Amino acid sequence: MSALRDHILRVGLVLAAFAIGATSLVVLTENETHDKIIENERQTLLNAINAVIAKDQYNNEILADTVVLEANNQLGTNENSIVYRARLNDEPVAVVLSAIAPNGYNGKIKLLVGIAFDGRLTGVRVISHKETPGLGDKIDTKKADWILNFKGLSLSNPNVSKWKVKKDGGEFDQFTGATITPRAVVTAVKNSLLYFDAHRDELFVISETEK
Amino acid sequence: MNAIYGPIIRDGLWKNNPALVQLLGLCPLLAVSNTVINGLGLGLATIITLVASNGLVSLFRKQIPDEARLPVFVLIIASIVTVIELSMNAWFHELYLILGIFIPLIVTNCAITGRAEAFAARNPVGPALIDGFMMGVGFTAVLVLLGAMRELIGLGTLFSEAHLMFGEAARGFSIVVFEDYRGFLMALLPPGAFIGLGLIVALKNVIDARETTQVQTVDPVAEPAAS
Repeated sequence: MSALRDHILRVGLVLAAFAIGATSLVVLTENETHDKIIENERQTLLNAINAVIAKDQYNNEILADTVVLEANNQLGTNENSIVYRARLNDEPVAVVLSAIAPNGYNGKIKLLVGIAFDGRLTGVRVISHKETPGLGDKIDTKKADWILNFKGLSLSNPNVSKWKVKKDGGEFDQFTGATITPRAVVTAVKNSLLYFDAHRDELFVISETEK
Repeated sequence: MNAIYGPIIRDGLWKNNPALVQLLGLCPLLAVSNTVINGLGLGLATIITLVASNGLVSLFRKQIPDEARLPVFVLIIASIVTVIELSMNAWFHELYLILGIFIPLIVTNCAITGRAEAFAARNPVGPALIDGFMMGVGFTAVLVLLGAMRELIGLGTLFSEAHLMFGEAARGFSIVVFEDYRGFLMALLPPGAFIGLGLIVALKNVIDARETTQVQTVDPVAEPAAS
């Protein structure tokens, strides 16, 4: 019995030694890469934000000027999302909202929507999607420029009733062979504009009380 | 000494190729082989993992208790993959954003545990390193070949998005083979991966069979009458 116990103990100790060695390797690497990874993630986020709002339009620390929105049906979000606010010399310039088009051809399409203080779009980008390669993925700037056309549009240009793809009687081009994807994106962008229209002041003001 | 390396190299690249003969590691192979660059990226990460895990397993083969060898192998492989994942995230962030979700899959690539068990645990460090490298190169070659087939048929390009791996200077690497190509979706979706791999395995078998018949024709063996 004690021979068996010794054996278990010996194998266990060897295993523990390997565990300590392996853990050291992982922890040392984590320690070495930690700051760089945080910086990379920050830069990736900043690049995404600067794609929807040009960085010469604002001069505040946009990643720090945020407000947290609860899950919202109009934006399609089902968990808290962060709104980034651009200001130029403390005057509000634009917000960057996260919106989700829930009705893509193949699930959710996550968008970043930049809206200027006057209600015009400063830009829209797709953050992630699972649309069909070669058809619906033209919403991605890597594949086509379609999504750039949103820049400058607002709820009065075109009229809110025309915020549909052409097939549904609206103003927006669909793609050959894919209507569902652009329809979902157009609707999500329109809803973001409607949300902004109804909540503009609180979107900018909340931070003033925080400050 | 050199006499043993020859068979190791031949095994890894052709005779016992992990992707074509052992059919191990299909999960990352099929998932990530939709373009050349994706295939190459995962292939390189797999080579590094295989060399490091074979090296470490072989180095400690006398200390690893036989009854606890699998837990130790898993520990070693999982740590190496974590180190690679963190390093990629830190220094190749763009590529990490694409391959990131597939890197942890390397842990489950049975080719790696397979080599640890079948080779590294029984051989000195030198041959174990060569074996890991050659198996990795064999695996990568199939990944890149399959990626090239699928990208060419699916998108009509080769080496698209090379800048994600080689930096901005590599933007020019991308070759548009067919201008104005409409694309062939199936090649990019999972069925394309299965069909493509099947074709490569078949091609290898044809080449092997031809070699065998050439050897046989030297022998004056009567060929069975074709019916």
